[in-house]
Amino acid sequence: MLNQQGRPTRAESSQGQESRSFTGNRGLQMDEPLIFETGRLDVTGVDIETPAPFASRLGHLARSSEIGLPGLTEPEAVRHYVRLSQLNYSIDAGLYPLGSCTMKHNPRLNEKMARLPGFGDIHPLQPVSTVQGGLELMQMLAHWLIEMTGMSAVAMSPKAGAHGELCGMMAIKAAIAAKGEAGTRKVVLVPESAHGTNPATAALIGFEVRAVPARDDGTVDPAEVAKLAGPEVAAIMLTNPNTCGLFERDIVEIARILHAAGAYFYCDGANFNAIVGKARPGDLGVDAMHINLHKTFSTPHGGGGPGSGPVVLSARLADYAPVPFVRGGQAGEKGRTLELVETQEGASFGRMSAFHGQMGMFVRAMSYMLSHGADGMRQASEDAVLNANYVRVCLNDLLSSPFGKRTCMHEALFDDEWLKGTGITTLDFAKAMIDEGYHPMTMYFPLVVHGAMLIEPTESESKAALDLFIMTLRDLAFSVQRGESERFLGAPHFAPRKRLDETRAARTPVLRWTPRLPLAAE
Amino acid sequence: MLARAGVAHVDALFADIPADKLLSGLMNLPEGQSEMAVERQLSAMAARNVSAGSVPFFIGGGAYKHHVPASVDHLIQRSEFLTSYTPYQPEITQGTLQYLFEFQTQVAALTGMEVANASMYDGSTATAEAVLMAHRITRRSKALLSGGLHPHYAQTVETLNSMAGCQSQMMTPDLMGNEDILALIDDELSCVVVQSPDFFGHLRDLAPIAAKCQAHGVLLIAVFTEVVALGAIEAPGAMGADIVVGEGQSLGNGLNFGGPYVGLMATRQKYVRQMPGRLCGETVDADGKRGFVLTLSTREQHIRRDKATSNICTNSGLCALAFTIHMTLLGQKGLRQLALANHANGVMLAQMLAEVAQVQVLNQTFFNEFCVRLPGNAAAVVEALAAKGILAGVPVSRLLPEAGLDDILLVTATETNTRADMEALVAGLRSVLSC
Repeated sequence: MLNQQGRPTRAESSQGQESRSFTGNRGLQMDEPLIFETGRLDVTGVDIETPAPFASRLGHLARSSEIGLPGLTEPEAVRHYVRLSQLNYSIDAGLYPLGSCTMKHNPRLNEKMARLPGFGDIHPLQPVSTVQGGLELMQMLAHWLIEMTGMSAVAMSPKAGAHGELCGMMAIKAAIAAKGEAGTRKVVLVPESAHGTNPATAALIGFEVRAVPARDDGTVDPAEVAKLAGPEVAAIMLTNPNTCGLFERDIVEIARILHAAGAYFYCDGANFNAIVGKARPGDLGVDAMHINLHKTFSTPHGGGGPGSGPVVLSARLADYAPVPFVRGGQAGEKGRTLELVETQEGASFGRMSAFHGQMGMFVRAMSYMLSHGADGMRQASEDAVLNANYVRVCLNDLLSSPFGKRTCMHEALFDDEWLKGTGITTLDFAKAMIDEGYHPMTMYFPLVVHGAMLIEPTESESKAALDLFIMTLRDLAFSVQRGESERFLGAPHFAPRKRLDETRAARTPVLRWTPRLPLAAE
Repeated sequence: MLARAGVAHVDALFADIPADKLLSGLMNLPEGQSEMAVERQLSAMAARNVSAGSVPFFIGGGAYKHHVPASVDHLIQRSEFLTSYTPYQPEITQGTLQYLFEFQTQVAALTGMEVANASMYDGSTATAEAVLMAHRITRRSKALLSGGLHPHYAQTVETLNSMAGCQSQMMTPDLMGNEDILALIDDELSCVVVQSPDFFGHLRDLAPIAAKCQAHGVLLIAVFTEVVALGAIEAPGAMGADIVVGEGQSLGNGLNFGGPYVGLMATRQKYVRQMPGRLCGETVDADGKRGFVLTLSTREQHIRRDKATSNICTNSGLCALAFTIHMTLLGQKGLRQLALANHANGVMLAQMLAEVAQVQVLNQTFFNEFCVRLPGNAAAVVEALAAKGILAGVPVSRLLPEAGLDDILLVTATETNTRADMEALVAGLRSVLSC
């Protein structure tokens, strides 16, 4: 079918045509070589004035070894990174249902605010008189976090969730030492469904990790905690809502048992997005909880960081918080002056990183909180939980649920019971989702559920977006039932790469580019 | 949707929360505001701060004001980088994985080491993790910290190390850069931690320390807070360091009041399985095409749980991206030029300050920051200059209040400082000191 200029007006069938291209690219999907293969050692994309000759003060330590790093011009560099970006999935491009990761929309106002020179271009060691607005923002965020969680204090310096766990557990360790029980309380209870960071954190600072089994309904049994809670127990590390997407309904009783036994309650706050404005951890008996600003409060995940993990503390632990912290000054003539306490004082366990914390993330989180307010944040949690339950009920006739058809919080958990005998695994199913334009859900986590699929849609998705997602998963599930295994076993078929050989990567690690040896003469 | 979920009201979905713990009303916080209102409120707060770019600015001490090319901030805000998760599904995150591979290569080359990881939180936490890594490798548990190590870094190491049940010996603050660290190296130590350029600005020759360490089975951990210096001074790896850690903020990343920054960590290939943090490695896909994946994850918490090398999970991905883009734009040629411009300005400023009566420059060697002794309290001088709109440097007593160094000021000049900035500082200092 041609129009008058001879231009084809209808796509021809590509059936049987050669699908390989000369460049290896496929339309907009372009591969990109490494900068070391295209850059040149004598090129730079930055213009820097050459200084007048001067007498060096480097002594005998001027660099004599080669650096060996090529440069790119600005247009080359921009193209390189734009092409790389196009090989990535992102929340801006599509639904990102990673359970326990809370991939919600990242409002762009947050980015704009963090880049105001008054926030982005101030130095942590400026005189405090020149950064009163910065300290005010930190204090305001601290106040919001305390109010939202019903706790007594907050440590702002932890740099991510795991760093926050470390902060909370170090505060617990310090509190135990202050009571003279450092020699005896050496055990930390961790449910088997916990994030890997929980046992890793406890072990890092010398605690012995003891597993707490879950009951059949996926929650922790207070009777089991009571059996384990002895004089050797320092704390429990419990995620709530837990990694099965369930609210620990006996949490108050668990806290009571631990406190009666002289132990502390660390709560992993990774799933706080389910309960903001609905319940406060402080009212439930929690002693310490980190808050992932990069989950609940919408700071971008950035391909794996940076995060920010402030830790709220109960009155029992507040005195042990790390430095630095902001102290509210007195009302004076020129208004309130805020102080920054940077040197260890009192019972504080000390410093856990340079400077005051992830300010860039604080500004973004504060921007989110002010935009949403008490009403908007409660609604966000309600919508997140509603969305997850909607996905759950729309899939639970086809996919199997490990804990029956009970209500979930902000994420819906399925297992691989329904795949039994089909020859298709959770991994295959997840990879087939990629071909449908979706990032897979969290898979094989929590470890207590076989072939787990953990779906967290967040509040950001509309009903229409959820319906299409559900219909897609249903279509895939029907495909499994029909035995169309080729749709799964080789998947993804349409991504920039097919499945990657992870065994080879680990067996012979190639962790950097190295120049190829010059070819020998023929 | 509620009906489909089988409930009449959304509260029914929260039935597992004990009824007496369920919040009945709203939290005691303001209600939501429009975008314009939030922007107005936060902008007013930001306006109460003096930004580095708005005044003559000479503060360093672990975070540095540099010019970041405009394309860097543009590129890191691309949705596909900004709003992507950790690349656990490599088929659809090759963009992140490839830049991490390039980043690792750049960090290894800069430090003169064989391998680098995909970033840590910042320089201080990377240093603390390096000390624990050295304990694992040597199966010893005592660290020796040079008196030239940034005080916040030393405190960060001390906190984690003591919590982990290990020992550390901190040497006294080494104002003049002439401590005798060699005399303290023995078979008991797992590692020696030395910073160069050090906190006070002095350059350290690591080679003799490395030699003594090697003779005693001790690992040398080399630290830097100013990565631009590596364009001008000898790579720590070339001087025999076993683990190199540092702060990468200077490339690609703004001051941000202290974070987020990007921790760099590099080491020898033989120690890679004891390294904390994510590692990106090259492999092939099912069609034989080159691709990248996160690898050696049996070191990490999500696989090894309480046996992991660290608890780190989230790292500094986007800050590492900013670092690698800036480094790619520079190339070795541009990095050398940038380092030269920094050193030249440092030298110029030192010469100008040396001519001010009662001010004494203490350093023989330095890169872009150095210490001066003032006739009085440095913090008071800094405060007086701040009132004149000049941010003069870091009073050392702010980080080391008990060290008897109240008259010492740490001053930094980077490529961003003009001669006019320096003249303003000199004039301001003369006027403050003459009062």
